[in-house]
Amino acid sequence: MRVEVSDLASFREAARGLLVRGVPPDKVLFTEERERQASLLGADTVASSAPVAGLSVPPAFLDLAERVACHRSPERWGGLYRVLWRLTHGERKLLEVVSDEDVYRLHTLAKAVQRDAHKMKAFVRFRKVDREGEEYFIAWHRPDHLIVRHVAPFFARRFPSMRWSILTPDASVSWDRERLTYGPGVPRSEAPEGDALEEMWSTYYASTFNPARLNVRAMRAEMPQKHWATLPEARLIPELVRGAPERTAKMVRPRMEVSDASLYLPEHQDLASLARAAHGCKACPLHERATQTVFGEGPVDARLMLVGEQPGDNEDREGRPFIGPAGQLLDEVLAGVGLDRQQLYVTNAVKHFGWMEGDEKKRLHAKPGRREVLACKAWLEAEVRQVKPRMILCLGATAAQSFLGPGFRINLSRGQVFETPWAPAWMATFHPSALLRMPDERARAQARLHFEEDVRRAAETLRAMR
Amino acid sequence: MDVRKKLEILADAAKYDASCSSSGGKRKAGKEGLGSVEGMGICHSYTPDGRCVSLLKILLTNFCIYDCQYCINRISSDTARARFTPAEVVQLTLDFYKRNYIEGLFLSSGVIKSPDFTMEQLVEVARTLREVHGFQGYIHLKAVPGASKELIDAAGRYADRLSANIELPTDGDLKKLAPEKSFTVTGETMKEISSRVAQSKAEREESPKAPKFAPAGQSTQMIVGATPTPDATILDTASRLYTRFKLKRVYYSAYSPIPIVDARLPAKSPPLVREHRLYQADWLLRFYGFRVDELAPPEHPDLSLEMDPKLAWALRRRESFPVDVNRAARELLLRVPGMGVRTVDRLIRIRRWHRITLADLARLRVPLTRVKPFIVTADHRPTLLLDSSRLVEKVKPAPTQLSLFTAAQEALTGEL
Ligand code: SF4
Ligand code: SF4
Repeated sequence: MRVEVSDLASFREAARGLLVRGVPPDKVLFTEERERQASLLGADTVASSAPVAGLSVPPAFLDLAERVACHRSPERWGGLYRVLWRLTHGERKLLEVVSDEDVYRLHTLAKAVQRDAHKMKAFVRFRKVDREGEEYFIAWHRPDHLIVRHVAPFFARRFPSMRWSILTPDASVSWDRERLTYGPGVPRSEAPEGDALEEMWSTYYASTFNPARLNVRAMRAEMPQKHWATLPEARLIPELVRGAPERTAKMVRPRMEVSDASLYLPEHQDLASLARAAHGCKACPLHERATQTVFGEGPVDARLMLVGEQPGDNEDREGRPFIGPAGQLLDEVLAGVGLDRQQLYVTNAVKHFGWMEGDEKKRLHAKPGRREVLACKAWLEAEVRQVKPRMILCLGATAAQSFLGPGFRINLSRGQVFETPWAPAWMATFHPSALLRMPDERARAQARLHFEEDVRRAAETLRAMR
Repeated sequence: MDVRKKLEILADAAKYDASCSSSGGKRKAGKEGLGSVEGMGICHSYTPDGRCVSLLKILLTNFCIYDCQYCINRISSDTARARFTPAEVVQLTLDFYKRNYIEGLFLSSGVIKSPDFTMEQLVEVARTLREVHGFQGYIHLKAVPGASKELIDAAGRYADRLSANIELPTDGDLKKLAPEKSFTVTGETMKEISSRVAQSKAEREESPKAPKFAPAGQSTQMIVGATPTPDATILDTASRLYTRFKLKRVYYSAYSPIPIVDARLPAKSPPLVREHRLYQADWLLRFYGFRVDELAPPEHPDLSLEMDPKLAWALRRRESFPVDVNRAARELLLRVPGMGVRTVDRLIRIRRWHRITLADLARLRVPLTRVKPFIVTADHRPTLLLDSSRLVEKVKPAPTQLSLFTAAQEALTGEL
């Protein structure tokens, strides 16, 4: 027996008639009404709208049927009728056995519909157009199943104060702030292109993506590619994916601001060539007033690298780092913990003396600014690359900040050993000249103690790393 | 600075916050309003990191007077700064919402001037959306720890969810990396929220018209892997938060290296799998009746990265198996690796009418190879001895199945 149905209502009517006449499922073939033209045989008429006593079905069935009816599969009516038959023929609790083959099949259809409906709620993108001076929102969407009527009320609840239409190839729906009106399917070409806000949305989409967690498979599973065509943000995906490794690398390493001195780096970067090239460095204005470049010195295989701030007056005249009063203090403390200056590599974060005019034409040390430190950083990094020290000891905040940026605070973090990209052990402590300059005697003594303690810890750390 | 540039900076700065889901609660706009919240949230897009975009997740400003070392917004970081006005956030939210890009707003902020000053601004955004524009979409506000009771109360009136972030698993970790923060202050804020949520629930039972207070509850976030603290401690903290403050969710966020590194932090992120293992363990604590010391006992304070925590537990406790699917109590079935809450509840319903076989399990999409050694069905009794050394090999998921996606799905559905 052949029965034609077009939607859930006509199925219910037909099914009621079949049940009353006691037609078992294997004797019925359901066909879609829109296929009628192709059929030569007229379909049997079984419609019955009269309520039938004793044919009540659990509400859960109607709920399930509503979703199943949205599925495109032509088998859905047959499947529904089979379960309906069994429910009314002694298996009233059948729906609870979700692992039953017939029930399971209906659930599979319902699930596909539900997923499709969910995707529609998620991936409809309205575009604003102007209609006679009024805002109007239009979206084009391509669902897998016949879900427009099923999902439209959701949009009416969500956007009650807007006028909108959702167009799909099978059906369309509009909301005029009062009621929903359904219409025929609409091709994509009739939908508006673009919306002023799409650029803003794309900006958001790109910024909220964390390249360190790239996982394209998960994205594709949730956002099937067939929907990408109507998602403005999807255009960015290839570029975001391509750029992710590089962006991640930048996140893992400190952001490289380009140091101006890198223009002066020689082709061969052994220490001697570096020192020679540094003598011609004009990457920042400091070279103009200084006598000469004071480059680092020490053996290329030094295990400990000391980094100071900047050469002083004496260093500027002699051309060697740490030879003034601060250098003497440093030597003393180093010797105290058994470190031989000859075996260390000693350098400064900034290689030219910076000064101001003082009384009687004395040259007064002027602390380098962030610009000079950054400009000169290429030299320091080249030295680190050559020497590959096991440990770096930064003397003073400027040296430490040259590595870690302006946020580093000596008072909070001095004396702690950190693992860094530059050396397995990295520590910062006071600058020896700070110890000489402190006006308060007690503070000076205190700082000196801390300084000695830090240098001792550095020496111990180094020894432990053998 | 134009709004687009601000958006770029302030969305970027917010991306390290893991809490972005929008489920829970119910709201419906009036005729002149906009928006709705209907149970399960909707993910409107997915970024190539596989995470969903359901909310406009931004900071009001990424300037912060605090100096939490793991955070890119800390005062000592030299990141580009920007600051939205409340009106700009309101406009963006409405514009995005009307195009169906988002479910609502998740607004957080660096701490500017003081916790109260910051909280006031956040509340102002939510108030304008709700009262001036009749907006009924989802709103999640950051509750700034230490903000006054009055402001927290106001925030809960407008928001669906509030979250005060615990940030790190122990007070010691906080002392080290976020010296301005403490469990005590954050705990005070959480306590205020949870007691107001409870109060409003009670009032609404008396009269359904009583005002709602953060109907989707409160959540928090913990950064994982910035300190060496083991999983057992992390889960302990989480389970205490669940019981004490009735949190809806604890979000675990694998520490993500931030552009300007501090040498005190690891330069690499911990494996993301660890984050997912924590989510799985978290589900087992909340919905499966497991205790922290069962999942992460003192001899194994870190969860296994190779297998999910339930399977790891089952292998340690082989004597509890096999379990008869047709007879065993719910609590026991919940402990079978590979069977989730939904599956178990269905099985319990099915077995009233019909003896369960392996075919039933297959139709419920239970992973049979994993489950078989642990169960008895009408047509199956495990032949593989549970103490066989091949067992581990047999039930351990293949490395390809260990994808983050699988783990993330499990974390969402709780099917373990
Ligand atoms: S201070 Fe450094 S960057 Fe500036 S000129 Fe001298 S060597 Fe070059
Ligand atoms: S208080 Fe929040 S925004 Fe400020 S530094 Fe700490 S974690 Fe970052």
